[in-house]
Amino acid sequence: MTETRGILAYGAHVPYRRLDRAAISGVMGSGGGRGWRSVASFDQDTTTMGVEAARQALGSGDSSSLSPDSLWFSTVVPAYVDKTNATTVHAALRLDAAVPALDLGGAVRSAVGSLRAALASSGRTLVVASDLRVGLPTSADEAAGGDAAAAVLTGSSADGPLLADYLGGASTTAEFLDRWRTPGDATSHTWEERFGEQAYGPLLDRAWSAALADTGLDAADIGTAIVTGLHGRAVKRLGGRLGVAVADDLADTVGNSGAAHPALLLADTLDSADAGRVVALVVLADGVEVLMFRTTDALASGRPSRSVATQVEDRADVAYPTYLAWRGLLEVQPPNRPAPSRPSASASLRRSDWKHGFVGSRDATTGTTHLPPSRVGIGGGAVDDMEPAPMADNEGTIVTFTVDRLAYSPSPPIVFAVVDFDGGGRMPVELTDVDPTEVAVGDRVAMTFRRLHTADGIHNYFWKARPVRG
Amino acid sequence: MASHGIRDRVAIVGMGCTPFREHWDKSLDDLLIDAAGLALDSAGVTKDDLDAYWFGTSQSAASGISLATPLRLSGKPVTRVENYCATGSEALRQACYGVASGAYDSAMAIGAEKVKDGGYQGLNAFPIPTDGTNRTLTAAAMFSLILPAYAERYGVDEDELRRVVARIAEKNHYNGARNPLAQFRRETSADAICEMPAVAGRLSVFDCAGVADGAAAAIVVRAEDALRYTEAPLYVKALSLVAGDSSGLVDPDYDFTTLPECAAAATDAYAQAGITDPRAELALAEVHDCFTPTELVLMEDLGFSEPGTAWRDVLDGTFDLDGDLPVNTDGGLKSFGHPVGASGLRMHYEAWIQLRDRAPEERRANLRGRTKALIHNLGGYPGEMLSFVGIVGSELD
Repeated sequence: MTETRGILAYGAHVPYRRLDRAAISGVMGSGGGRGWRSVASFDQDTTTMGVEAARQALGSGDSSSLSPDSLWFSTVVPAYVDKTNATTVHAALRLDAAVPALDLGGAVRSAVGSLRAALASSGRTLVVASDLRVGLPTSADEAAGGDAAAAVLTGSSADGPLLADYLGGASTTAEFLDRWRTPGDATSHTWEERFGEQAYGPLLDRAWSAALADTGLDAADIGTAIVTGLHGRAVKRLGGRLGVAVADDLADTVGNSGAAHPALLLADTLDSADAGRVVALVVLADGVEVLMFRTTDALASGRPSRSVATQVEDRADVAYPTYLAWRGLLEVQPPNRPAPSRPSASASLRRSDWKHGFVGSRDATTGTTHLPPSRVGIGGGAVDDMEPAPMADNEGTIVTFTVDRLAYSPSPPIVFAVVDFDGGGRMPVELTDVDPTEVAVGDRVAMTFRRLHTADGIHNYFWKARPVRG
Repeated sequence: MASHGIRDRVAIVGMGCTPFREHWDKSLDDLLIDAAGLALDSAGVTKDDLDAYWFGTSQSAASGISLATPLRLSGKPVTRVENYCATGSEALRQACYGVASGAYDSAMAIGAEKVKDGGYQGLNAFPIPTDGTNRTLTAAAMFSLILPAYAERYGVDEDELRRVVARIAEKNHYNGARNPLAQFRRETSADAICEMPAVAGRLSVFDCAGVADGAAAAIVVRAEDALRYTEAPLYVKALSLVAGDSSGLVDPDYDFTTLPECAAAATDAYAQAGITDPRAELALAEVHDCFTPTELVLMEDLGFSEPGTAWRDVLDGTFDLDGDLPVNTDGGLKSFGHPVGASGLRMHYEAWIQLRDRAPEERRANLRGRTKALIHNLGGYPGEMLSFVGIVGSELD
């Protein structure tokens, strides 16, 4: 008997910042629209958002049954090319060196394709999709896009309780110029809208029929259809003719997060779906992918700590000019301080557990946690009497803080706090996703993986603290 | 653990200090030549008369060659030292120990910094390759952490405390306005400082030391030889240095209301000098007012005020030019700016002026018959600091 394959865990990351689409026309005189789109902070990229989604999927526990044996990372906007980005996610998750980490990128289709491939494969594969959608000011892409990441841990029923069984699906592929972008460009081009709609029609019909045949399902069996793709008109028109209830596409609150959006919408659906619900994931991207799932009884107790809806609610607007500056579409005067220098590759490798994994050390004799890790402890003095202290999942409390308007930052001012961590350990650390006027001593914070700056083409990744709200 | 000190074994017999300015027209070499010349003339010696040289600079140059070349020192032992913002005092400390050890009869300690060729405001450290996880906060922001912590611990209203530290700046600018060597020579009121926009925490630009180029130098000899050079030497009573282990950044017990390294250096220095009641025994103190909150807590860490009371003493004028214990009579870092390698020796220069009654009348401290001055010079930040405390006196004990 073949084991059932499906979803062991999932998680999502919606950045804290939102752009009010009305603010676009307020500044530019045109563009924008109604609702909000999510905005990656200046210190986020597709890799760091992927890390946050993956952390949600893997939870805060150290359950080995949930640890992946492969990591696949997909994005349209890789932080690096030539060098793998999944290795950064791998390091931040503190995965073993024997766990391969691969980039499967370049196109929106790669992300849902990697999910299909993982479900059709063996073993436990963590599929991470992340995207940062940029459009030229006033463009439809600017308003319709959103930044987000999502992660799905695929595996079999032998690995642990599946939250959703994978029932099967189908795929169609076609070569046509619906939208495209040359590597290195920040924004995409699209052909006339009506052309894409007619091109996708037969591709959807065929994939949908094939998926129903593959799974033995009838359209009436399907409780929820998630229909998404960057061709908004095709998604809306064609999705309506499936004869199935279509899930909210988060267009009004997040926007379309491209490569991340199929898994993000899947996560949003799983956040609230009852057991035994059949969910069809339909993605229009250079063809059509259809994946069928049925939720299980395990779903209710297997959800991540922060639902998509929770993250949609935890938000603050960013001013449109600030947004443009964050994306590099508006160059503003930096502080008159030298820009930071590039991190050392060799020093970064030696301290990868600290830099990427936020692992300090704990003095085995005194119990004192040291951040960063130290070979010689304070208050004791023995050499190498330390054990690793992973701290990324520990929350902390602000002891004191300051706002630095002089220091270099890609988006001044820097808000900096001395944080005492639950379970021991203190560290002065930069805050992010924070309003300088709303910080207070005693506030609670959690750690988040961020990109501090980029120098000589090297992205300097490390951890910051973000306020825990609500 | 012993810290015996070298009380009364070494004397300062000559000093020089350049104006601290934005010296657009002077190089590091120019500043070194000027300060060395002033110190040599002051002691009545030539560069060849001296046996050894210690050169303190933090970021402007490396190695003893950087001093030997502009001065054209031939065949001399010349050492460059660096210890953050206490670099100038560290040069003096090494020179004194060189003489006290008997290795040399005389030496020069010289400190200089050419800051204004960098093209940026503020001090900017040369980047050492790291893993990129080190803090990027400014010193102003790190020291700004003191104010809320102090207000909380001692129940002082934060707005009142903000006025207290502005009062410190007002005092130092009052003194600096009367010092021709100082860079900023205009009095500034506490009210005006309180009105200024914050740049780091609640600190405004006027709570921060400025930036300047400058150099200062001292000639040290065996104490028994001192009167051959000058009728009014200063005897070295204590030289203490404590480098912290940065535990304040790791240890949840540290509360940012005290600078423990400074307190430890002061305790050591008082023991070396035989001082038991510093507030009563010291004629004046030059302390490292890099930021106004620093001077506030130093008054407690150096033992001038009981913990939690320095803010009252500041308001009472205890540390004013005519107060019980004048502090930063030359204007301090507030008025001079902070050429890192030079500042420690500039502080000693003020003791050299005041204890020998050479200060101009308008900023002459009332010594009340006291003969000793304390010099405090720190480097680093709250939680991650090193501190120098030295004591000099105009009389042998």
